[in-house]
Amino acid sequence: MEITNYLGLAVILFALGAATVLLRRNAIIVFMGVELMLNATNLAFVTFARMHGDLTGQVLAFFVMVVAAAEVVVGLAIIIMIFRARRSASVDDVNLLQS
Amino acid sequence: MTMQTLSLAPWLVATPMLGAAVLLLAGRRSDRWGHWLGVLASAATFVVGLVMLLDMLGTPADARVAQHTVGTWLDAGPLHVDLGFQVDPLSMTFVMLVTFVGTLIHVYSVAYMDHDVDRRRFFAYLNLFVAAMLLLVLADSYLLLFVGWEGVGLASFLLIGFWDGRRENAVAGKKAFVMNRVGDMGLIVAMMLMLATFGAVDFSTVLGAAGDGSAAGVSQGTMTAIGLMLLLAACGKSAQLPLQAWLGDAMAGPTPVSALIHAATMVTAGVYLLVRSGPLLEAAPDAQLVVAIVGALTLLFGAVVGTAKDDIKKALAASTMSQIGYMMLAAGLGPVGYAFAIFHLLTHGFFKAGLFLGAGSVMHAMDDDVNMRRFGGLARLLPVTAITMGLGWLAILGVPPFSGFWSKDKIIEAAFVGEGWRPWVFGTVALLGAGITAYYMSRLFFMTFMGRRRWRDGGPDDRQRDDGAPVRHPHESPALMTWPMIVLAVGSVALGGLLAVGDGFVTWLEPVTGHVEHHEPVLPVWLLITLTLLLVALGVVLAFRQYAVAAVPVTPPPASVLVRAARVDLHQDDVNEAVVMRPGQYLTRSLVYGDRTVVDAGWLGLAGAIGRLGTRLRGLQNGYVRSYAATMLGGLGVVALVVWLLAN
Repeated sequence: MEITNYLGLAVILFALGAATVLLRRNAIIVFMGVELMLNATNLAFVTFARMHGDLTGQVLAFFVMVVAAAEVVVGLAIIIMIFRARRSASVDDVNLLQS
Repeated sequence: MTMQTLSLAPWLVATPMLGAAVLLLAGRRSDRWGHWLGVLASAATFVVGLVMLLDMLGTPADARVAQHTVGTWLDAGPLHVDLGFQVDPLSMTFVMLVTFVGTLIHVYSVAYMDHDVDRRRFFAYLNLFVAAMLLLVLADSYLLLFVGWEGVGLASFLLIGFWDGRRENAVAGKKAFVMNRVGDMGLIVAMMLMLATFGAVDFSTVLGAAGDGSAAGVSQGTMTAIGLMLLLAACGKSAQLPLQAWLGDAMAGPTPVSALIHAATMVTAGVYLLVRSGPLLEAAPDAQLVVAIVGALTLLFGAVVGTAKDDIKKALAASTMSQIGYMMLAAGLGPVGYAFAIFHLLTHGFFKAGLFLGAGSVMHAMDDDVNMRRFGGLARLLPVTAITMGLGWLAILGVPPFSGFWSKDKIIEAAFVGEGWRPWVFGTVALLGAGITAYYMSRLFFMTFMGRRRWRDGGPDDRQRDDGAPVRHPHESPALMTWPMIVLAVGSVALGGLLAVGDGFVTWLEPVTGHVEHHEPVLPVWLLITLTLLLVALGVVLAFRQYAVAAVPVTPPPASVLVRAARVDLHQDDVNEAVVMRPGQYLTRSLVYGDRTVVDAGWLGLAGAIGRLGTRLRGLQNGYVRSYAATMLGGLGVVALVVWLLAN
């Protein structure tokens, strides 16, 4: 199987994640888009590691997973707090830091 | 000089300074005895000076010049200035003049300022002035002299504007201060030039280098510049052309101040400076010539103004200006004139102080009126004042054997010494000045004391007269005022003759001014004396006919162009306003305009532009997370594109 296919899949996943982040308003969904982008990057890392016969990419993928796990905990906690305060999980409602 | 008496020198400055400090710090608590403390401080200073003078008289002439160094004042790399006092015949002459005349005027002021609630403050300032003046003449470097120089300027400012409740007095003080600043700049620049040229500002180094020819390496231009800057300083302090305009207005101060500061002592500081800097001026003949020219011009200027003034104090002020012109002229003649400049300064200090005190006494009698056209016939009512002023009048006229004759005549003689055009021009001016002096001083004397009275005493035979003349009750001044006048009058009579015996005063000053061979004037001396006395007699007779025999009109009569100009000080204020003040105002206004429209507008415009840019950029911070994410994605795209382009 052609190794570039994995990269193609990574690009598609990343594009899907980015589109989700940009187009959806629900914070949970946006969050899932972010996760999708992170996984796309992980796939790209692993693929490049394979291509170059170097373990660095795989190690980085592990790092990303660990950081993503921590980020999910913190991020979900924030979203829940905002939802409690404003009865809404829309990212567009949280716009107080504007000019 | 013995060390013990030499070490008294700092006390000459410290004693009156202490007096001033006590009077100013104690405030109203010292109101009751403050004036006597002031007198005491001044008298004590005189005693200290007298002890030093007697000691100096006991030492041989070549050991009379001494320096007393108290300690290091400034030590900044190449600049080293000691805090030291120069004790020599020249400085001691000034010490005696300042403390003696000063003490008399202190005594006079006790009575003159009797009804003034601020009498204590007045005496504090007088003491401050004495301290500063003594520091000026005792300093052994130009820098320390400058401290005293500024000190007397400050005291002068404070005393001119002493009655500052009236706006014109305050303005007069400010005018004197500002014009003096112009001269002070000259002294500062001169010191800078000395520091750059000789590396020092103390008298012994600078004058030694200028005098013994080691200044040969110094360009003539530098020496001339130093000389002219010193002259500028002297012009400011001594009210010489072109910085003369402040002296007339300075008469706004109390009369004892006019006598002490603006006649006898402070205004002669410029002459002291030039005589002290003699070796420097001799190394710069061009500057020396300018000194003589300035002196000669001011001599005539003051004399002409004096002939037309109706204000008794302003007439005396013009006379002071003219007499200092004589001294400047003598100082500009070189070594032949130095001793006579100081001699005339000394005698002038006595008779002019006496005349001013007399004027004060007359004003005291006439309810502070200064208009001589409203005086007249006062000799009978104010006999002591009339006699003392009369003696001062004869002294300033140069009638033998009064003081002025010995000093002024010597200056006229010295002005006739030389070659080429100079003796003829300077000599003629000095001779002419003597004649005009005789005229205006006689005018002053006759208008005040002789002729018909132009005021009313309110008596029974006076009732019908109602010509608008003011009612006065003239009375002789108290003893505290008359005694100083009497002492000064005795000085005016005898001092000149005493000091002239055997060229005593000239020999006394020789350790400072150097020995000068006798020079023959271009005209024989007997002819000069005769001519001078003839001109003086002519002036007196003219004034007698106009102001003693003929009735004096109470309002200034219409007169020729010259007289009208002299009445307004030969338009000195108009000239200053046109030449200096208005251009200066236009300059500052245009600078302010330029500052606002160019500099300020530029920076404010820049700040405004940045502010507007910030407002625009702020719009990007809309608070929508998704738009930030889109921006980041766009940025990523741009980075990717750039990398791709660079890679290919």
